Amino acid sequence: MTLAVTLAHAFGDFTLDVGFKAGPGVTALFGPSGAGKTSIANAVAGLFTPREGRIELGGRVLLDTAAKVNMSAHKRRIGVVFQDGRLFPHLDVAGNLAFGARYAPRGAPGPDRAEILALLGIEELLSRRPGTLSGGEKQRVALARALLARPEFLVMDEPLAALDGPRKDDILPYLEGLRDRARVPILYVSHSVSEIARLADRIVVLREGRVLRAGPVADVLSDPEMVPLVGVREAGSVFEAQVLGHDADGLSRLGVSGGTLILPRVDADPGKHIRIRVLAQDVLLSLESPKGLSSRNILPVRVEALHQGAGPGVAVSLRLGEDRLLARITARAAAELGLRPGLACHAILKATAVPRGDVGAAHE
Amino acid sequence: MFEPAEWAALALSLRVSLVAVLCSLPPAIAIAWLLARCRFWGHGLLSALVHLPLVLPPVVTGYLLLLTFGRNGAVGAFLAEWGVVFAFRWTGAALAAAIMGFPLMVRAIRLSLEAVDPRLEAAASTLGAGRIATFARVTLPLIAPGILAGAVLGFAKAMGEFGATITFVANIPGQTQTLPSAIYAFLQTPGGEDSALRLTLLAVAVALGAVVVSEWLARRVARRVGQA
Repeated sequence: MTLAVTLAHAFGDFTLDVGFKAGPGVTALFGPSGAGKTSIANAVAGLFTPREGRIELGGRVLLDTAAKVNMSAHKRRIGVVFQDGRLFPHLDVAGNLAFGARYAPRGAPGPDRAEILALLGIEELLSRRPGTLSGGEKQRVALARALLARPEFLVMDEPLAALDGPRKDDILPYLEGLRDRARVPILYVSHSVSEIARLADRIVVLREGRVLRAGPVADVLSDPEMVPLVGVREAGSVFEAQVLGHDADGLSRLGVSGGTLILPRVDADPGKHIRIRVLAQDVLLSLESPKGLSSRNILPVRVEALHQGAGPGVAVSLRLGEDRLLARITARAAAELGLRPGLACHAILKATAVPRGDVGAAHE
Repeated sequence: MFEPAEWAALALSLRVSLVAVLCSLPPAIAIAWLLARCRFWGHGLLSALVHLPLVLPPVVTGYLLLLTFGRNGAVGAFLAEWGVVFAFRWTGAALAAAIMGFPLMVRAIRLSLEAVDPRLEAAASTLGAGRIATFARVTLPLIAPGILAGAVLGFAKAMGEFGATITFVANIPGQTQTLPSAIYAFLQTPGGEDSALRLTLLAVAVALGAVVVSEWLARRVARRVGQA
C-alpha cells in the first residue's frame, strides 16, 4: 500500500510545497520544528485541507483539490497516533479500544484484538481510566486504539516526543514489534534521528516546507551532506549487524559487512540481526593500522566523500564492506592526513560509539 | 397541613418546570452548539435574541408571548387550528418558563462545549466516526456536566417564574396558578398570609432539594466523564 502525497499551502510567510511517496514499511518524515511535518500529517489524515494538493492511497484518491475531491477524515481509513495520545477521558481503556474497533470495516485484515493487546503489553490496563495512565501507557493504548480501527495506513505524529528518555526506550521495542508484525505501512513524523534510525526504512527530509532529500534511511543518514541538517552531535550512520556472540566480560561481538565490532552487551540473541547507529563524532580515522590502542574496533575502510560545512568540522563518508560509515573529524586533521575519495584507511570506533538506545531490532 | 389549592399550585409548578426543561433542552443544545462551534452571518444576532429574555422585563416577555402565541397572535392562531393552545393554559406557563430559562441553559451548555477539546473530536474522526457519531459518543458525554447544570438552572428559573407567566396565562387556580402566582394571590386575599407562608416554606424546601440533588448528580457525572 503506497501513499502518494503532493501538497502546497501558505501559512502567512511560511509556504509548504512538498511531494513524496510513503510505504510499504516505515517512512520517516524528518525535520526540525516548524518544517511543516504536522501539517502534512494532518493533511494526510484529513484534519487539514491544503490550498492545493493530491493525496492517493493505494489507488484511492483521498484529496484532489483540482478535481474538488476531499474525503472526510472518517472515511479515509488512515489511523493517527497523536503526540498527546488523545484518549477519550470519559471512557476507560477498554472503552477507548472498543471505540477504535466499532467503526472498523467487517473483515478488514489485521492482527486481532488479543494479538494487539499482547503486542503492546496493555492487557493489564483495560479497566483503567486514561487519567491514571503514564505517558508511555497512554501512547501504547492510543496505538492499539488506532490499530483496532483497521487502518490501511498509520500516521504517527511525534508519538514519543512527550515522553522522557527512559520511557522512550520502553516503548521503542513495542513499535519495532508493531512494524514487523502488524504489517500496516507507517508514516512516522519525528525530529529525532535516533528514533528514525531505529524504526524507519525510508526517510523524507523536510526543511522550511520543502523536501530536501528522500531515500533509504541508511543512505540518507550516512550522507555527509546531511550532517548539518541532522546536527553534528546526532549525525551518524545506520546499518545492520548480526549478533555473533556474547562474551563473559560483558561485551558482544557483532558481524557487519566490513568486519567485526565489539560493543557493550546488546539485548539480542546470537544469530539475530539488529540495526545499529554509529555516531559520526565517535569515529576516528587513521592512515595506518594503529598498534597499542585501547579500542578493539579497528576496521579497514575506504574514503568515499568529504563534506565541509561552515564550522571547523568535516563529515567523511567511508565504505565499510557493503555499508557506509560516517565520521566527523576536524578540517585540519582531514587536510594533514590528506584525505581524499578513494583513499584506504582505518576507522576506529569507541565501544561507546553506539548509544544503548540506538540498538534496535532489524526490520524482519 | 396543606390545602388542596396549595398542593395544586405545587404540582402545577413542578409539572410546568419539568416540561419546560425537557422540551427546551434539545433546542438549547442545538443553539449552544451553533453558537460555540459555527461562524455564520447573524451569529451575534442569534446570541442576542437568545439572551433577550434575560434582560427584558418579564412582563414585556409575557406580553410579547401573548401577542405571538395568544389566540389572535400570528403563531397562536395557526397552532390553535391544530389544537395546540397556549394562552391561559398550563402549556402556556410551560412555554413562558421555557423561554425565560432558555438563555441560562444555552449559556451553561455553550461554556461546556467550548471547554471540550476539539482535538478529541478530530481523533474520533480518524477512528472512523462520522460527525453525528462523534457528537453522540464523544462530545455529548463530555458536556454532560454542562447540560446538567443548564437543566438545573432552567428548572430553578421555571419554578420561580412569575412576571411573564402571569402576563401570558394569568392566575387561574388549578390551571395556571403556579407556586409564585399562588403566593402572590394569597397575599392579595385577606387572611391568606398563613397559606402564603406555608407555600413559601414549600418553595424553600423544593429549592433546597433541587440544589442537593443537582450537586450529587453533577459530582457523579463529572466522575463518569473523568473530569474529577
